[in-house]
Amino acid sequence: MKITNGSGSELARFAHRIRRTSLDMIARARSSHLGSVYSSAEILAVLYGAVLNVRPALPDWPERDRFVLSKGHAVAGLYAALAHRGFIPMERLSEFYVDGGSLAGHVTHKGVPGVEVSTGSLGHGLALAVGLAGGALRRGASWRVFALLSDGECDEGSVWEAALLAPRLGVHNLTVVVDYNKIQSLGRVEEVVPLEPFVDKWRAFRWETREVDGHDTEALLAALTAPPTPGTPRCLIAHTVKGKGISFMEDRLLWHYRSPQGDELADAVAELDMLGRDE
Amino acid sequence: MRSAFIRSLETACASNPDILLLTGDLGFAVFDDFRAHYPQQFLNLGVAEQNLAGVGAGMALAGHTVFTYSIANFPILRCLEQIRNDICYHGADVKIVSVGGGMSYGALGASHFATEDLGIMRMLPGMTVVAPGDPVEVEALLPQIVAQKGPFYLRLGRDGEPRLTPSTATITLGVPNTLEAEGEVLILTTGGMLEVGAQVREMLVGEHGVSTALSSVHTLKPLPEAELLGLVEGRRLVVSLEEHSVIGGLGGALAELFVDRRVASPLLRLGLPSAFPEIVGSQGYLRSALGLDAPSVAGRVLSALGEPR
Repeated sequence: MKITNGSGSELARFAHRIRRTSLDMIARARSSHLGSVYSSAEILAVLYGAVLNVRPALPDWPERDRFVLSKGHAVAGLYAALAHRGFIPMERLSEFYVDGGSLAGHVTHKGVPGVEVSTGSLGHGLALAVGLAGGALRRGASWRVFALLSDGECDEGSVWEAALLAPRLGVHNLTVVVDYNKIQSLGRVEEVVPLEPFVDKWRAFRWETREVDGHDTEALLAALTAPPTPGTPRCLIAHTVKGKGISFMEDRLLWHYRSPQGDELADAVAELDMLGRDE
Repeated sequence: MRSAFIRSLETACASNPDILLLTGDLGFAVFDDFRAHYPQQFLNLGVAEQNLAGVGAGMALAGHTVFTYSIANFPILRCLEQIRNDICYHGADVKIVSVGGGMSYGALGASHFATEDLGIMRMLPGMTVVAPGDPVEVEALLPQIVAQKGPFYLRLGRDGEPRLTPSTATITLGVPNTLEAEGEVLILTTGGMLEVGAQVREMLVGEHGVSTALSSVHTLKPLPEAELLGLVEGRRLVVSLEEHSVIGGLGGALAELFVDRRVASPLLRLGLPSAFPEIVGSQGYLRSALGLDAPSVAGRVLSALGEPR
């Protein structure tokens, strides 16, 4: 699929397609993390639809922007986005999370064009992204680095090691988006390990930090394409809803794990198709 | 070995601007010349080993040959997952350097021992594990390590190790460095225990009339199987000598090889017990206390041979 004009509404339709495709993938594979995919669908859509300077026909193009999906469990959304953008054939999505398949249940770069790095254990992506961005600056390269983190992931100390270092390296070519859906594996973020005041934390670490509605494609696009502040990395705290887009999944921990089957799957498909028609 | 390493790295930088030396806030005064000559190729990432490995992997994926530097077990244990997932899984061109292998930092205590490092690093897919025996090996191997892309673990002694290898010797990555070829007994060492191995050899030959060969197995992974099988053939006794747990290091690797390839020679594995020492002291003191000084090792070899001590 070619993403043409990058308008907010068109990007919203791309997000819808990511949801619809990943629903099929996750249901077919009987895998999990649909809620995490749905909270980040617009973020992925805006990145892959309008922001990232990438060439699907040349996935290893040296000047490409690098995207690090640090919340590697949301990989179904990434594979769906890559397929819609033409990095991998749509048919290949049936190889997700199945015996003898080629697409693992956490993001894996090996053999998957367009995937920059493998993650899955949380807390790794930001350091990789800081290294990539610092490396690019050092080489005088113009490509940029984007990383998508989860909120629960910010419990990991390694996130804050990298957050401390990034301003020291002056990586204004780095943008981090935190998918702040407020639910982590065993409960609400504020009940497990509170992150608030979350924005203040990133600002205290000397990141240019903004809050954005993580489901508003126009707002995301504006935030992701704003000119960088020299020498300063950028963090977008994207307020999102876990399971966004399916009424009975929204803001429910269950959908971190549950794979929709039977009536649930039919209901989810019906809701998404209804939304698709509205557009 | 530390001085040989930093000198050799500086030499490599002269023709390779893509080399980056990242330290985890350790190496006081070690890097002064390096920083003066190659300030753009040095970066202190602070006291953050997970970051050292993860950021190092990112910089390598951006096109650099990255050396991460710290001491003892610091650059590998806390950040083991970053090494496995970020460096090894991506085949990132990161060379992890640990100064102070074994009990080099003896009196600083168990927190500063690297005595499980070789075994742990050997198990990681795609990791090349190198533990040079003397500064000559370090100088010869460093350019070869730079030239070979991909993950390395380089275990060095602290400093002041004698130059045992003749300067005329050819040292090749993946090939044991044989200092003495002939002998009914073969001592295989890895890392800084080459010095003790040479002392033991002198005792066995000079005081007991036991002919003894000596090789430094500086490359532990991939294990130089063909070369080792050639070396061990027909020996009355093969001795592995390492300042490392007897589990998983040189002795462990040799035991695996001997079983797999049905090597008939008896193997005496000398290393450290899998235990934290309950005494305090310098490296030399601890070696003696734990049976890894030359007289102790010579005695254990003679016992294994059934010879009078």
